[in-house]
Amino acid sequence: MAGTVPMTSVQTSAQASPATTEAAWVKWLLIAAAGLALLWLIVLPLLIVITEALKKGWDVYVAALADPDALSALKLTLIVALVTVPLNTVFGIAAAWAITKFKFRGKGALITLIDLPFAVSPVIGGLIFVLVFGANGWFGPWLSDHDIKIIYAVPGIILATLFVTFPFVARELIPLMEDQGTQEEEAAVTLGARGWHVFTRVTLPNIKWGLLYGMILCNARAMGEFGAVSVVSGHIRGQTNTLPLHVEILYNEYQFSASFAVASLLLLLALVTLLIKSWLSWKNAH
Amino acid sequence: MVHVWGRKQIVRRGLSTGLALLLTAALAACGNGSGSGSTDKEAGGTAEGKSTEAQAGSSAKPVELLNVSYDPTRELYENYNKAFAAYWEKEKGQQVTIKQSHGGSGAQSRSVIDGLEADVVTLALGYDIDAIQKKGLINEGWESKFEHNSTPYSSTIVFLVKKGNPKNIKDWGDLIKGDVEVITPNPKTSGGARWNYLAAWGYALKQNNNDEAKAQEFVKELFKHVPVLDTGARGATTTFVERGIGDVLLAWENEAMLSVKELGPDKFDIVYPSVSILAEPPVAVVDKVVDKRGTREVAEAYLKYLYSEEGQTIAAENFYRPTLESVKEKYKDKFQDISLFTLQDVFGTWDETQQKHFSDGGIFDQIYTPGS
Repeated sequence: MAGTVPMTSVQTSAQASPATTEAAWVKWLLIAAAGLALLWLIVLPLLIVITEALKKGWDVYVAALADPDALSALKLTLIVALVTVPLNTVFGIAAAWAITKFKFRGKGALITLIDLPFAVSPVIGGLIFVLVFGANGWFGPWLSDHDIKIIYAVPGIILATLFVTFPFVARELIPLMEDQGTQEEEAAVTLGARGWHVFTRVTLPNIKWGLLYGMILCNARAMGEFGAVSVVSGHIRGQTNTLPLHVEILYNEYQFSASFAVASLLLLLALVTLLIKSWLSWKNAH
Repeated sequence: MVHVWGRKQIVRRGLSTGLALLLTAALAACGNGSGSGSTDKEAGGTAEGKSTEAQAGSSAKPVELLNVSYDPTRELYENYNKAFAAYWEKEKGQQVTIKQSHGGSGAQSRSVIDGLEADVVTLALGYDIDAIQKKGLINEGWESKFEHNSTPYSSTIVFLVKKGNPKNIKDWGDLIKGDVEVITPNPKTSGGARWNYLAAWGYALKQNNNDEAKAQEFVKELFKHVPVLDTGARGATTTFVERGIGDVLLAWENEAMLSVKELGPDKFDIVYPSVSILAEPPVAVVDKVVDKRGTREVAEAYLKYLYSEEGQTIAAENFYRPTLESVKEKYKDKFQDISLFTLQDVFGTWDETQQKHFSDGGIFDQIYTPGS
């Protein structure tokens, strides 16, 4: 979606003359409006998170992060992201590749299916797994006989996160690959390249920035998902609580500073993700 | 040109190596994710096993229990778990770790039914344990397995008001006067809210010589004064103390006392009504789970120890009314002596109460229309 927009706009603004002829005050008014909106909707809330986190001092802040339950939540969140992002990257590339480079029946249905997790509320995303793998679900009795735990354990949390983050990579790649068409691949095939070779030498280099952007969005959502994970987590402290769940628990237990401290940790993870992205873009540009 | 191509190749190679690395990391994490629990346990197990062997000369393996509880008991069980672990280690030479899970009582009960493997449940009301029993996870007759209907500690429903009680709220009757706004969670979803509702109903019955129609009229009027129904007790407390909505919060006594302690005695007052309900949050061993996991002995001991002097003291320290006489005596100044009726006295069993008041189309559905 958005991934392709910044790149094209950078290219055009570098080459073309100003696209508008409006008066200067219109320009400044628009910039001010956008700036104010950003300030109110993004900058201020972020500042509040940080000031609230440090309200009771550095000691409380460090203690909140060093708490074993917080550390276990951090570990679980990282594990979930580390598993879901690569898996959804592979799924996403495969789906986008199939949809854009081949002709087959039911393509429209497949695209709709990929979009489904965007359209469905995350709570439903969690509930479907409870209905399938829960003790009273389809596979419940079999799983319990074989002593396999999915719901209220790490596999369930990963499944729910996979579900809600599924569309990010595919949705990012499909418009991009559609734009690029199949000519380059066809040329490569004419020159004698085979499947995997075509993919790594031609397709992948063409889509790498869109792919990266999709992975970053996917990662951000995987680490931040609340609803679906809450349904399948079981809320066992130090075991199946992810960072977002831990933030809510602390808030409900009157530990406001600790809750914001953990929230600031999530924020930090998001910032690191964005920094990696900026660094990669910068490296590409130079 | 050659130069540019070179760089592109590097980027390309970098990207594919990156992808490969990510995949390996994912696989490793996968392995870790599902396996780390057991390896941790094994590693911890041998170390702990050795230390207990050295201490007590027994080879009992460390054991883990999961206590699935409702919202306000977190502080209580955090303290109690430490005490019980020490007691059990001394008594049996076995290490026990207790994991906790908290949430709305009804939702927690639902999770256990759906497969959350709780060794013990400590919920807000008997109906939520009945629901688990009906699914066959808990044997019939759980109420009589421990003393006092399997209720080691009790509580009641009180009013939390702003400091100085500006609206002069003294009793249930004051709640429906003028523009008083009452905060209580939704009885459909919250255990605490059902106790609130039943306490109000019981007061109205008493006031009107057991006239059911008049009691219903009173409760209907009361819910007209409720601007917002939260889904759980903690949510309602936050609405009142943090967001400052409403004039009075109907709350568990322990929840009200905890709010005053956490947020400062200079902000809120607790008001005891003339009469209230004896709220009994019961406990039970989940038979199916403990038999499968082989944890029956320690799970039963865990709940039984709640009745001991130490267990009762911890309950009292965390604002739950103790049931043991000696501890009751010690904390009698902390818990005001007010007239309390039981569910049994006024309403009968939980099944009957649930059916009549809170089921779909029950009395609560008839009297409460949102936004009226």
